[in-house]
Amino acid sequence: MSEFTLPTWIESYRDLVTGKANKAQVSELARKLGLPVLGLLAFLFVWHVAAASIDTSLGKFPGPVDTWAQAQNLYAEHKVEREKADAFDERQRKRIEERLAVDPDYEVKWRDYTGSPTYLDQIYTSLYTVLAGFLLASVFAIPLGIIIGLSSSVYAAINPLIQVLKPVSPLAWLPLVTMVVSAVYTTDDPMFAKSFVNSMITVSLCSLWPTLLNTAVGVTSVSQDLNNVSRVLRLGWLAHIFKIVLPSALPMIFTGLRLSLGIAWMVLIAAEMLAQNPGLGKFVWDEFQNGSSQSLGRIMVAVITIGIIGFLLDRAMLGLQRWLVWDKQAVQR
Amino acid sequence: MKSILELTKVGIVFDTPKGGFEALKDVDLKISDGEFISLIGHSGCGKSTVLNIVAGLLQATTGGAILEGKEVNEPGPERAVVFQNHSLLPWLSAYENVELAVRQVFKGSKTRAEMREWVEHNLNLVHMAHAMDKRPEEISGGMKQRVGIARALAMEPKVLLMDEPFGALDALTRAHLQDSVMEIHAELKNTVIMITHDVDEAVLLSDRIVMMTNGPSATIGEVLDVDLPRPRDRLALADDAGFNRCRQRVLQFLYDKQRKVQPMPAKSGKGQAASGQAVEKADSEALRQA
Ligand SMILES: Nc1ncnc2c1ncn2[C@@H]1O[C@H](COP(=O)(O)OP(=O)(O)OP(=O)(O)O)[C@@H](O)[C@H]1O
Ligand SMILES: [Mg+2]
Repeated sequence: MSEFTLPTWIESYRDLVTGKANKAQVSELARKLGLPVLGLLAFLFVWHVAAASIDTSLGKFPGPVDTWAQAQNLYAEHKVEREKADAFDERQRKRIEERLAVDPDYEVKWRDYTGSPTYLDQIYTSLYTVLAGFLLASVFAIPLGIIIGLSSSVYAAINPLIQVLKPVSPLAWLPLVTMVVSAVYTTDDPMFAKSFVNSMITVSLCSLWPTLLNTAVGVTSVSQDLNNVSRVLRLGWLAHIFKIVLPSALPMIFTGLRLSLGIAWMVLIAAEMLAQNPGLGKFVWDEFQNGSSQSLGRIMVAVITIGIIGFLLDRAMLGLQRWLVWDKQAVQR
Repeated sequence: MKSILELTKVGIVFDTPKGGFEALKDVDLKISDGEFISLIGHSGCGKSTVLNIVAGLLQATTGGAILEGKEVNEPGPERAVVFQNHSLLPWLSAYENVELAVRQVFKGSKTRAEMREWVEHNLNLVHMAHAMDKRPEEISGGMKQRVGIARALAMEPKVLLMDEPFGALDALTRAHLQDSVMEIHAELKNTVIMITHDVDEAVLLSDRIVMMTNGPSATIGEVLDVDLPRPRDRLALADDAGFNRCRQRVLQFLYDKQRKVQPMPAKSGKGQAASGQAVEKADSEALRQA
């Protein structure tokens, strides 16, 4: 829908390199690129100085240098673990081949390598859990929001309930969700791990509300004129929802979705820590319990990772919104 | 001539927090096939309400509208409306806006290709074919209004209803659109009801001008036949005696109503002051509710 254009600061940079930059472009570049870099450097300096003067029972608080070292460590551990896994698979393949050569009727049983999850595995787990929970929440919240927005009686009936449920913390939901899931979700061969289902549902319950409320508000604010157009055309109720209501409400729905995704990410980390469900939250908790001299540095790496991923998720939603929403003014930041 | 649309004893009472508000009372009007009618009157007198009752967007409390022998009680494309502020769907292009209406009205009776042709034909009629892929935010106010007219015409309405279609436009754009509407009316011979505040516009376009008294309980005060020959040319008419007589008549009516509403203290000897004051009070009340 929208065409792709380079951000102006990239164009400015290109012009600077090719020697075509004018004064305005140079100052634009300084503002868009120079100031953030300056801010970052200042932050690293303050962090460095402050860290050096904080003593904990696990040694000095990690500064930027220690943290960077731990990041490299974690990556190296990941690579070692992968190599082990590959070697394991290779050995297994060879063994099966040899066995088959002797005995062609042999039933092949493949065993997966069961090492402990690496840092990157934890990131991956957290990412798909948050996306699954967010998707689940959206699948319920958007249709429900439309129904609430279309009918003032339903709105009046449900609104108090929403207002009470909205501020509930994930920590309160988690025990209930865990108990219900272990009572209800009992198959011998589960498609998903219970821990995943627990985290996902908790994330959904907490991140539902912004999408729900924003969708409802978006639907109620469909202009009376457009409703009249729909009535004059005698659009059926489905056509009315898909041709008039949904497009009108789309900017608001996306505002809700962005808020929801942000909440989902925050809630997930907390839920993983509390429930010991695999993911970045568990990593932080394990390192905290572990209490080695490296632990704080590793936790610091996790903190930064969580921040960057949250930021990237938000940017991705923003991109999606820019692409899908007709009202470009609604997508400013 | 046979009448296509009949309003009989139309009255409407709005429920307001302060009790019922009678906006219209005893509105009687017969409109012939192919006639161009203008509704004119002071702001808040109830012109839009009349139009919305004909459109079916509002239900009359007493009396009702009958279109070709059938009572009007819900909106429908045979009474297409051109809204004051264009009311195009902002996420659709001009073409798609008209297409939405065409698909809805002609599903089952036109093929895809015929629909496409019909959409383009109507955009051509309002001289918008060149910008049909633009979205409302990308075109000017006058162009939006043109697309709104194309959308309404594309429904092949028996009666075309226009609520101050040119109200928000500058004089030049307005003149262009008036010419377009005259052209289209000459070609299609459709029945039109148009609300306007502009006396010249009413005289230039209409076969009859319906003048409404001030509310509350507004009704039709006077109906003026404009029997100027068509096609009409705005420049030639500027010093045409017939044109100016009509103009004079409408202005006179509006001025009389105005004087009734806002009596000058110095002229209170006219005997209308007392009742006039009462009307003024009620009228400003009505305006506040609008
Ligand atoms: N839904 C409503 N509820 C209560 N009162 C209403 C409602 N709609 C209109 N009215 C009242 O009816 C009267 C007529 O309104 P209407 O909009 O028809 O006026 P109008 O002649 O179209 O005015 P304008 O020229 O300003 O558009 C006004 O006094 C208004 O306050
Ligand atoms: Mg009006």
